[in-house]
Amino acid sequence: RGMLSDSRVFDAYENRKSKSFIHIHAMKVKVLSRNPDDYVRETKLDIQRVPRNYDPSLHPFEVPREYTRALNATKLERVFAKPFLASLDGHRDGVNCMAKHPKSLSTMLSGSCDGEVVWNLTKRECVRTLQAHEGFVRGMVVRFCGTSFFTVGDDKTIKQWKMETPGYGEEEEPLNTILGKSVFTSIDHHQKEGVFVTCGQQVDIWDEQRSSPIRSFSWGVDSFSCVRFNPVETELLASCASDRSIVLYDMREATPLKKVIMNMRSNTLCWNPMEAYNFTCSNEDYNLYTYDMRYLDRPFTVHMDHVSAVLDVDYSPTGKEFVSASFDKTIRIFPKDSGHSRDVYHTKRMQHVISIKWSSDNKYILSASDEMNIRLWKANAAEKLGLLAPREKAAVNYSQKLKEKFQHHPQICRISRHRHLPKSIYSQTKELRVMKEARRRKERNVRKHSKPGSMPVVTEKEKHVVTVVK
Amino acid sequence: MAASSETMLKKPHVGKKRKPPTRYWERTEEDGKNDGKKQKEGDNNEQTPQQNNTRTKKGGKRGGKRGGAGKKVISGKSDPFPGSAPVPEEKLKKFRRGVKGELPPRPQYKLRDVVIRSEAASDLAQKQNARYDLMLPEDAGFLEGDEDEDTCTISQDDIVDAVDITAGAKYFNLTLSQFGPYRLDYSKTGRHLLLGGRRGHVTCLDWQSKQLMCEMNVMETVNDVKWLHSEALFAVAQKKWLYIYDNKGIELHCIRKFNDVLRMQFLPYHFLLATASATGFLQYLDVSVGKEVVAICTKAGRLDVMAHNPHNAIIHLGHSNGTVTLWTPNQREPLVKMLCHQGGVRSVAVDKTGTYMVTSGMDKKLKVYDIRAYRPLQSYFLPAGASCLSLSQRGLLSAATGDIVQVYRDVWGIPVTKPYMAHRAKGSVWGVHFCPFEDVLGVGHGEGFTSMVVPGAGEPNFDGLDANPYRSAKQRQEWEVKALLEKIQPELIGLDPSQLSQVDHSTWEQRHEDRVQVLGFDPLAKEKFTPRLKTKGRSSSGKVEKRKKQVAHEDQRDVIRQTVEDRMKIDKERKEKEKKKAAAAGQKSALDRFRK
Repeated sequence: RGMLSDSRVFDAYENRKSKSFIHIHAMKVKVLSRNPDDYVRETKLDIQRVPRNYDPSLHPFEVPREYTRALNATKLERVFAKPFLASLDGHRDGVNCMAKHPKSLSTMLSGSCDGEVVWNLTKRECVRTLQAHEGFVRGMVVRFCGTSFFTVGDDKTIKQWKMETPGYGEEEEPLNTILGKSVFTSIDHHQKEGVFVTCGQQVDIWDEQRSSPIRSFSWGVDSFSCVRFNPVETELLASCASDRSIVLYDMREATPLKKVIMNMRSNTLCWNPMEAYNFTCSNEDYNLYTYDMRYLDRPFTVHMDHVSAVLDVDYSPTGKEFVSASFDKTIRIFPKDSGHSRDVYHTKRMQHVISIKWSSDNKYILSASDEMNIRLWKANAAEKLGLLAPREKAAVNYSQKLKEKFQHHPQICRISRHRHLPKSIYSQTKELRVMKEARRRKERNVRKHSKPGSMPVVTEKEKHVVTVVK
Repeated sequence: MAASSETMLKKPHVGKKRKPPTRYWERTEEDGKNDGKKQKEGDNNEQTPQQNNTRTKKGGKRGGKRGGAGKKVISGKSDPFPGSAPVPEEKLKKFRRGVKGELPPRPQYKLRDVVIRSEAASDLAQKQNARYDLMLPEDAGFLEGDEDEDTCTISQDDIVDAVDITAGAKYFNLTLSQFGPYRLDYSKTGRHLLLGGRRGHVTCLDWQSKQLMCEMNVMETVNDVKWLHSEALFAVAQKKWLYIYDNKGIELHCIRKFNDVLRMQFLPYHFLLATASATGFLQYLDVSVGKEVVAICTKAGRLDVMAHNPHNAIIHLGHSNGTVTLWTPNQREPLVKMLCHQGGVRSVAVDKTGTYMVTSGMDKKLKVYDIRAYRPLQSYFLPAGASCLSLSQRGLLSAATGDIVQVYRDVWGIPVTKPYMAHRAKGSVWGVHFCPFEDVLGVGHGEGFTSMVVPGAGEPNFDGLDANPYRSAKQRQEWEVKALLEKIQPELIGLDPSQLSQVDHSTWEQRHEDRVQVLGFDPLAKEKFTPRLKTKGRSSSGKVEKRKKQVAHEDQRDVIRQTVEDRMKIDKERKEKEKKKAAAAGQKSALDRFRK
């Protein structure tokens, strides 16, 4: 290597003194002469040398090549979009509710219409079965410490159970049983204290140590279907009532804070874990509504796409997306501020989806449906599971960025948006669209032929709220 | 700096202090300052302490920038190079892509944030690229003569004597007098050479190690030869049809759709082989799937002058009437037609960046055009006229006149009077081609082939992922797969390759037109009013006309109402603006009372 030194400038004059020639001149010349040793690996065990030169003129067609890469990445994403992972079967009746374990990712609880089961998700097997209630298990929640859980059922009882499996010979006994006056429909536990809340005919706040509620709220005669604690402002509560209202409470006050009455009944609601002043409710009118707690007079966003009543909703732990379960036998994933879904999951055998949960590691979705099964889905349909090599990770990030960059190009947009839907849902979607268009047209015509100003334009967001009561 | 700071620390107990040695990184600024001071004050005694002051100040500033990196440590030393190393502005410019737009206004804070972040990322990338560019291992070649000596008088033998053995071995002659004259092509990496003799001799070789890969005689006239995407395949335009061979010389395909091909160009990123035939057809063959993409009848007679623009993959054809036409596979007519010469066009070459086109014609002129603006830049007169042109990666132009090959430098800059180099081949020149990534010019002529050394022709630093002359078989295979995956579709060929990344500012009308074209009907078209048929004489033609008129009037009223509203709105806005202006003008003048 020493012979071919880096600067190959030779003084020709010096060089030629020994030779016989006529034309003497001094010139400076350098010719490219690469030493192959600098560019080829030394032994077979080394990795190949790849010298780089990022000069843009050596890399023509930068944009068309990136576009082609983005197109390929989009196509591959659709090819690898296989979200369904496993089906957990074992229940002998429809699964009515589920609960996440706050401390263990692999543990999950499910309550069916006749009993309840604790699942281990990594092994996909049932760990423990217990007969909790007679009739439906209406709601269940794991205590924040993860050592025990509460269930409510149709037999008007609240039961507290230990999370550990009872030892050999021990009886499967609840730690605590509270007999209530009416049927409880839902239960939620406080984030930090030994306080939980149930709803049924009224919203009751219970202390774990006592057998009677420490506070009860009711606002008119109604029954409640769901109650949830706010994950950040832990003293706040929200509940869905059957008189089409969503009621907000402060646990420390004697009366409810305010309520919003909508056109149709909301089934469940879920607080956004990151922006905890927002909550999303799943409604009977096929839509989901995201509200800002402070401004209830109109929803923040209306999420449309389902073609039947939405039964359950759960936020991802990042608070950027949520998943909804519907009576139309599909699951949809919505970005929190988008009006339409990002993805839709369905299988042939899945019936009406009753309960849905987004796992705490933001990777999986669990859906419980009528036909006695719990299904495990990937939250990102095309994501590769398991550990990624650094280069794999870099490639994934790169293609993600490219897809983002070219997402509005018609061809890429078309491919990434394409989803196969069951025929019934497809036709129903079309039908709904026609109906909506007809309604809009009619409204337009009415407005055209009535006195100007007598038919104000009502936006989609304002349409669904009847009134706000304080 | 170490020495200087030490002296600074010590209190000058003697009245006059010794001047610290200057360092090269301080030189320019300080020299400037000193000069200024000398002119101003003209006092040498005053100067020393002042200069000292400025330096301490500067040191403080620099240290402040990088959180005390330039500050003195306990030992009294300070960092001579505080802060990150500066990057030269030209290098940064080289890696700049597009221009920075304005930031969106504050209310759109999310978008603003996204824009700020992405611009920061691209700035970082640009800076890192520029830094990396400083550290590239190889420098370009050069040739400088004595003070009163022209470099064109330096012969190849002189150069070979002056340089090292490996570089000297790049000058060689192949005497092939039997089947010539020869046309040639270098592969994309510059490693392999393909020679095609007019009388049927086809050979390919690794020209650096002088290893013969295959040699054969196709027993037919050979018009042109071209490597395909790698050194495994090449295309030969023979008397009648186009043939594709592998590097062992085995005939893989005979493509009968491509007949009488005279010239070929290969577009490596599109995997397209463009051919120009004697019958006036410009055809594109997709070599990755083996299908003809398009055949364009140029209606311009025999096509024997062809070049492609490496920047945007547009084919340039030269015609016997002196025009040069630009073609894409997406359009049956030429994109551009330029009248370049008074006689026929003999040869065309386009530079790597797609900025310049060089043409030579029967009128013995050599012209340089800016093909972004379609503007002539230079025009030269060559006594013999140039038959073949070729541009190197670093912008050297080789022109063959008879049996002499001349190389010019910077033909598009200041008018050139003398060639950079010249060489007499043994026979009349038939094809010239610069070798990529090497300082070599291949010359095919009647008596064989000459590889001549042209210092400064080739790009010194190649990119290993794009064209690596030292790649192994495995690396080549991997590159091939990657290249095929990102093959650019022929539809994307256009004058501006970066158009795809620009925002489509199509108007509403344009979008509407597209929509109508896609749907096949106009969704917003107004239904023509057809009056309902009414009975009992209410559908008499007079009544029908009346009803029609009523509807038409109503529509018209809508339009009128709209325009009136618009006008009133504009009026109101204008008035408000005027009012504001008046308020801004503010003060009343004494002459206001005379105003109406």
